[in-house]
Amino acid sequence: MARDADNREQFRPDDHDNEHFLLTSVVGSYPKPTWLNRADDLVDDPDASFDADDLEEAHDDACRLITEEHERTGLDTVVDGEMRRNEMVEFFAERIDGYEFNGPVKVWGHNYFHKPSVVEEVSYDEPWLVDEFEFTNAVAERPVKVPITGPYTLANWAFDEHYGDSEALAYDLADLVNEEIEKLVEAGARYIQIDEPALATTPDDHAIVGSCLERIVDGVPDEVRVGVHVCYGDYSRIYPELNEFPVDEVDLELCNDDYQQIETLADGEFAPDLALGVVDVHDAEVESVEEIKQNIEQGLKVVPPEQLTVSPDCGLKLLPRDAAYQKTENLVTAAREVEAELDAGEIEVPARDAVTADD
Amino acid sequence: MTDRVATTLGLYPLPDWAKDELSSLKGHQKADLVDGSEGPEVRAAYERVREELIDDQRTAGLDRIVEGQGRWDDWLAHPLAVHDSVETGGIVRYYDNNNFYRDPRVVDELTADGDVAAELDAATGLLNDDESLQAVLPGPYTLAELATDEYYGDDAEFLAAIAEFLAGEVEALPPHETLFLLDPSLVTNPPADGENERVSEAVDTVAAATDADVVLQSYWGAHEEKTYAHLMDADVDAFGFDFVAGDRDAHLYNVTEYGTKDAISLGLVDGQNTAVEAADTVAERIDWVTEQIPSQTFDTVYATPNTELAYLPVSTYREKLSALADAVELAAETEVSA
Repeated sequence: MARDADNREQFRPDDHDNEHFLLTSVVGSYPKPTWLNRADDLVDDPDASFDADDLEEAHDDACRLITEEHERTGLDTVVDGEMRRNEMVEFFAERIDGYEFNGPVKVWGHNYFHKPSVVEEVSYDEPWLVDEFEFTNAVAERPVKVPITGPYTLANWAFDEHYGDSEALAYDLADLVNEEIEKLVEAGARYIQIDEPALATTPDDHAIVGSCLERIVDGVPDEVRVGVHVCYGDYSRIYPELNEFPVDEVDLELCNDDYQQIETLADGEFAPDLALGVVDVHDAEVESVEEIKQNIEQGLKVVPPEQLTVSPDCGLKLLPRDAAYQKTENLVTAAREVEAELDAGEIEVPARDAVTADD
Repeated sequence: MTDRVATTLGLYPLPDWAKDELSSLKGHQKADLVDGSEGPEVRAAYERVREELIDDQRTAGLDRIVEGQGRWDDWLAHPLAVHDSVETGGIVRYYDNNNFYRDPRVVDELTADGDVAAELDAATGLLNDDESLQAVLPGPYTLAELATDEYYGDDAEFLAAIAEFLAGEVEALPPHETLFLLDPSLVTNPPADGENERVSEAVDTVAAATDADVVLQSYWGAHEEKTYAHLMDADVDAFGFDFVAGDRDAHLYNVTEYGTKDAISLGLVDGQNTAVEAADTVAERIDWVTEQIPSQTFDTVYATPNTELAYLPVSTYREKLSALADAVELAAETEVSA
């Protein structure tokens, strides 16, 4: 069952003006500055004098820049925009023993990724994200959220040459994620997000994801907020089952189809906190504050404000950077305005009525 | 004596240079995908892709040569995605894979198009005299399932129109030894009870448009009994079965209960895993399956991967082609020595 999500108050900024607090956050990725893409290419060019140390410095610069850019939007919790990461599976497969790479494969059109192969039992070597977290945490004044690609996705978006059983592979990987979280928590991390886009592909495997999450949160202290993000899919196939996930928060991509699926979730029984996508990441047109406020109100059909987190639908990396920034800033403004209206009693909370009606 | 034929289901991965070059020329967004009106630079790149994909098969020693379908950005939905009567909508998931295609919305009457014929004409020009061309198209049921009908307004009429459209494409093809119709939807989303007969007729419509041997291949599962029973009425030369991801016992049950055609196609090499099968393992699998069907002697056994190959990195795809070709050689040797 869902964890007791009583850990969101730690993210309320000291200078927060409203009585209500809609935690504002992001899913993780952000457009890379164009010079960083050039730097990533340059380090592979044998004729260039640009080396690995230069690239690390470029990554540091980009992380600092994008973390501060997130802070300027007013978000309550921030990230570095995954500036050091190439692709969500590749990045982790490079750090986990047991994977190898054979070349890029197609996802759609001319979008490819280096889909790794699992060739032996997976095992933990060096920490994956602790350096990244410590750097960002030192730069940021606001709490830092750490997105981690989930074990179900790491298992299913790879070729399995060794296990012959993707469920067993996912559980082994979940144990490694648990080990990584332990190190992140030691380093001071208080907000972890497990990304499971593969569950959208095969929603009938929700029980496997649930079992992975049990392993992931094993021994993780209650004050550490753990969420899971599931990209756009048919959520009726994972709800109400996701109520059993042992997490504080479930982050869903609902803006994308204009909240057509909100009623599926609005039965008054939604157990974890809901992190609601309120801006579309596949459309560069920036939603107005007014429009986002209406989107936030969709979330109040599912959970009351004390259980509602506000975030973009998914990672923002495919958007133009100015659109990514403006969408995030508008998201924060909208959340603050909704909070004020909730304080003033000007907004109804259907989720509360749904519970009362049932009781 | 049984003729063993090493071949594939087409839809190959682009060579890595072409992934880069075509990304740069075309772009990464859905509006950038192939729509049948490519400019000269893109066309030239695809010509080089075609040469390389054919050369890969020649090097491996396959018995049939496919065009490779490097242009098929939208997987099996391609023939509609480039059609004038179709508008491509949003990006939708391609079966239970982390792959996507543009939803082809049929908004006008489907007429013969010739897009596939142009590809195969070009492929024919690259073949040696002793090489046999194999055409690959989606089966009518799969193509209808992948598309959205916004014109015909009736499932039966739509399926019939798709079948007529595919038949028109087949009629325009250059001479080919074999035609593979790929029909995974027949097992992933089987026809409803009343639909089975229509599906069988739709397959007939397409198959009747060629004198070549026609193989109707499904994958990612096994046929429901009723579907299979009706398909037996279709005038095709072979059914193809997925012996990697499909249920072997269900295949063998259907074949035993309802019989099968005089030829059979066996998906024996995993098109979605980088683990490369040893040729002798594949040869053993060919023997194993045919031994399980003692009631029948086949004219032809096609040995294939279970799916398209575009899921694989290039290095692995090439190794899989060789494994298939070598396996068929080995099986033939075993038979001679026996």
